[in-house]
Amino acid sequence: MERVILNSVEIYRALTRIAHEILERNKGSKELALIGIRTGGVYLSQRLGKKIQEIEGESVPIGELDITLYRDDLAHRKESPVLKKTLIPFDLNDRKIILVDDVLFTGRTIRAAMDGLMDLGRPKQIQLAVLIDRGHRELPIRADYVGKNLPTATDEKVEVLLEEAGEEDRIVLRKGTEK
Amino acid sequence: MQTMGLKRKDVLAIAEMDKEEIELILQTAESFKEVSTREIKKVPTLRGKTVVNLFFEPSTRTRTSFELAAKRLSADVINISTSSSSVVKGETLLDTARNIEAMQSDIIILRHASSGAPYILARALRSAVINAGDGSHEHPSQGLLDLYTIKEKKGGIQGLKVVIVGDVLHSRVARSDIHGLKKLGAEVHLAGPPTMIPLGIEQWGVKVHYRLEEAIAGADVIILLRLQLERQGKGYLPTLREYAQLYGLNSKRVALANNGVLVMHPGPINRGVEVTSEVADGLSSVILEQVTNGVAVRMALLYLLSGEKS
Repeated sequence: MERVILNSVEIYRALTRIAHEILERNKGSKELALIGIRTGGVYLSQRLGKKIQEIEGESVPIGELDITLYRDDLAHRKESPVLKKTLIPFDLNDRKIILVDDVLFTGRTIRAAMDGLMDLGRPKQIQLAVLIDRGHRELPIRADYVGKNLPTATDEKVEVLLEEAGEEDRIVLRKGTEK
Repeated sequence: MQTMGLKRKDVLAIAEMDKEEIELILQTAESFKEVSTREIKKVPTLRGKTVVNLFFEPSTRTRTSFELAAKRLSADVINISTSSSSVVKGETLLDTARNIEAMQSDIIILRHASSGAPYILARALRSAVINAGDGSHEHPSQGLLDLYTIKEKKGGIQGLKVVIVGDVLHSRVARSDIHGLKKLGAEVHLAGPPTMIPLGIEQWGVKVHYRLEEAIAGADVIILLRLQLERQGKGYLPTLREYAQLYGLNSKRVALANNGVLVMHPGPINRGVEVTSEVADGLSSVILEQVTNGVAVRMALLYLLSGEKS
């Protein structure tokens, strides 16, 4: 069973709202940088970057973070996840970092991302933007900017499908077994 | 998240690997190279794992490279060398390794003078075993870092003319290189004195030359092997001077190769024998880059072997 939670127009609106919220809370784009968590978060950070530029007229640095090496479940896996590159072409020190991910679930990915960022520098602040917050946190982590809060069951699966990955923009909820 | 892994518990020889596995290791190494360029060159990936460097032959480069790779992944590392181990008291290789495993090791890196020694450990132990050079059989991590360096510099390996020069007979590096290069589609040529080229090696799909100039013409990569001075006096060569004259790489000979040729050497170099200082320190040389890439490749191997054992 599959239910569409957000369509392409709604995703567009959610991201536009988040971009405005980021600028309002940080009083403009000065000192800001966006870092997307691979893979979905990277696409969303690029879209947010574009919107912030449209609104402010100034570009914000954008980076890509792969958290695989910081996961806490590697020892329990039969096989290693495929590594991708971390690409942060700017200095993190004294910047306000907006960490971007598609879905916020247990919070373990975000913990790993924060550990990863701290190894790369000393940001002034880290804020979190997610398109979907589906609940079921296992760590004390919350998002600063949320596209949509979506109460789910643990056996349901939230899929964020984006044009950049060759799909039609939409977010779907599926009955599944994946935690 | 998409997962992939090596199809094996141990890394013993490139001859056993297929192209996909080799490419997975090289791709993974690329991500680890980024870690080594950071200010804090450390990630917590192998926290709580124990890596044992078990070296029955002297080595600085390989042992340090594995040690650094393990430490950059936050593993605990123990170094054991023959002179300081109970081997001098007559303990067998297997007993030494079993005792190490009883202390909860996860990965054992073995260098041994006897070809095949790592296979004995791999069969008997739960720990993953990485061959860091066994006799004149293979030295897979060196072969993989050579492949990585060529791929990084040339953008790919398919179709390149690669010449391996020197003591192929005793060289485990040469064997690993030949297997890896052939699997990734390179054209492999060997050059060296007839006493140092194994009989029948053409069956591996390589071309043999006894004149260096002939081999180097049109080469994209020249891999020099270390002349094992400890084996001299056994009749393989009349004199080192003659070897240097006939098979030593100098600028005049490099000029016969293609533009942008890479000069490689697994080290340590005998300057003035395998290669002149001018070439070893020249623009074509990627010898120090091989060392840098060695750490990334070994991090990749440790990472890919560190999943849960079933």
